[in-house]
Amino acid sequence: MQLTDHHSSIGLADSTVTKPKPIAATLALATCALLGTASPLAQANSNTADDWKFDTAILYYGETDRVSLVEGVISATKDFGDEHIFNGKVTFDGLTGASATGAVPQDTVQTFSRPSGNAGYAVVAGETPLDDTFKDSRVQLNAQWTQPLGTDLRGSTGVHFSKEYDYLSLGVNGSLARDFNQKNTTLSLGLSYQFDSIDPVGGTPERLGSISVLNSLSDYDLYDDYVDEDRDDNGSGNAEFDDHENHYGSRDGAQDKDTIDVLFGLTQIINRRTIMQLNYGMSVSDGSLNDPYKLVSVVNNQGTVQDTLFESRPDSRTKHNVYWQTKYAMDSGVVDLSYRFATDDWNIQSHTLESRLRYNLSDNSYIQPHLRYYQQSAAEFYQPFLLSDQPLPTYVSADYRLGDMDAYTVGLKYGQKLDNGDAWAVRVEYYQQNPKNAGFAEPGQLAELDLYPSIKALIVQFNYQF
Amino acid sequence: MKKIFKLALVAITVSQAVGCASLGVQPWERDLLAKEEMALNAEGVDLGLDDHIYFSKEATSGGRAFAGGGCGCN
Repeated sequence: MQLTDHHSSIGLADSTVTKPKPIAATLALATCALLGTASPLAQANSNTADDWKFDTAILYYGETDRVSLVEGVISATKDFGDEHIFNGKVTFDGLTGASATGAVPQDTVQTFSRPSGNAGYAVVAGETPLDDTFKDSRVQLNAQWTQPLGTDLRGSTGVHFSKEYDYLSLGVNGSLARDFNQKNTTLSLGLSYQFDSIDPVGGTPERLGSISVLNSLSDYDLYDDYVDEDRDDNGSGNAEFDDHENHYGSRDGAQDKDTIDVLFGLTQIINRRTIMQLNYGMSVSDGSLNDPYKLVSVVNNQGTVQDTLFESRPDSRTKHNVYWQTKYAMDSGVVDLSYRFATDDWNIQSHTLESRLRYNLSDNSYIQPHLRYYQQSAAEFYQPFLLSDQPLPTYVSADYRLGDMDAYTVGLKYGQKLDNGDAWAVRVEYYQQNPKNAGFAEPGQLAELDLYPSIKALIVQFNYQF
Repeated sequence: MKKIFKLALVAITVSQAVGCASLGVQPWERDLLAKEEMALNAEGVDLGLDDHIYFSKEATSGGRAFAGGGCGCN
């Protein structure tokens, strides 16, 4: 179990085997080991506080015709001695492109209003409706402190802050890990609390409310006449927040959600070459779980759109997962295999199988193929569209991310350690999502259209450690 | 399904716990496990970036670490 926020890189359970090993420390380790000392690395490091270590990366993620993202990470770690370790991390990303709204394609041109209601966009016949105003930048800060609390016990605590244009996330976490059986077994328990607030562009839409219909220029003019009355939902008056103003006078402002996570971990050294971990995690979210930008089409028995509504998700979700990972040290590299099963009270089940195979080309370089397979079943309230002759359900989402889907990733990484101790790596990966029909009949024209297009993405990342 | 999941969880936990007594290594046998790349969180930055991608594109998150995403991408 990695006892930290998932964006952080310091783990507790395996902290005894993650230290860099200068020659002096390695010798000390060997000596301690021969003397049978319980915590050799802790002792080796006790009088040699390390310098700051930096781990940096820049990632490009680009989908064909859809979203692209550039994300940078700077992670800084320092051991203040005796395994009192601080990790700070800054993540920043910029996102542009188009995102599927959930509305169905049609065999004619469709028009939609933008999230703010301020303008519209047209979608050509046969194309999946995408909102092409998807644009955001985000900054995230993480800080984590880890230290021993006695001989076989370690504690870790951390905070995170993340801000993007329409979203704020604050979190705290704490965890304990205890070693048994000559540090061959580690049990850990982690807790985290996260507060999220979303303040959508155009305000929070009414569940299952129709999106505003703006058919002509005169409509925009008409709306503009009273837009001032909707201003300053936040009382900010700051020009920066102008887009939070909207044409939906009845809309609410920011919506919150609270998430509590519990994570139990068991790490077991099997033999000289094999380490295994088993985690159980539970996550409970309460509050606004709607995606305010997602839509659902209402169609008649010809498959023709009659209305377009905002989605409605339940306002709580409880998730469980079991995660198993094994790493095996070969003479020439490392095999890393993991499996995750997850289930939740939205009735989504998923299986994730992942492997990384590190093969050392020389003493200071390696290649590492990466394979990942993911499969999920649809949420019980997922529907690709609603039928106009049926009553409205309480909950519905047409977001393909909550539907039946499988996905795979194929990647290759090359890494090299330099003479001065720095290291760099590059990885290129291909990720494809294949949404599937979860058994919904497709009336009229919908049968002829692709309701479940695949999403294809390229991932390129460069790392530098110093 | 839930029942099977719970049973599997209990079975795995018990088998691991029972197995612990005979598993493991002596302190001087940690040479391979002590390698940086054998740490369970080796390549932590990569794992964090992957978590962010998959959190925002899929319905499931967490497992290796906490499930919360810290972004408005899902």
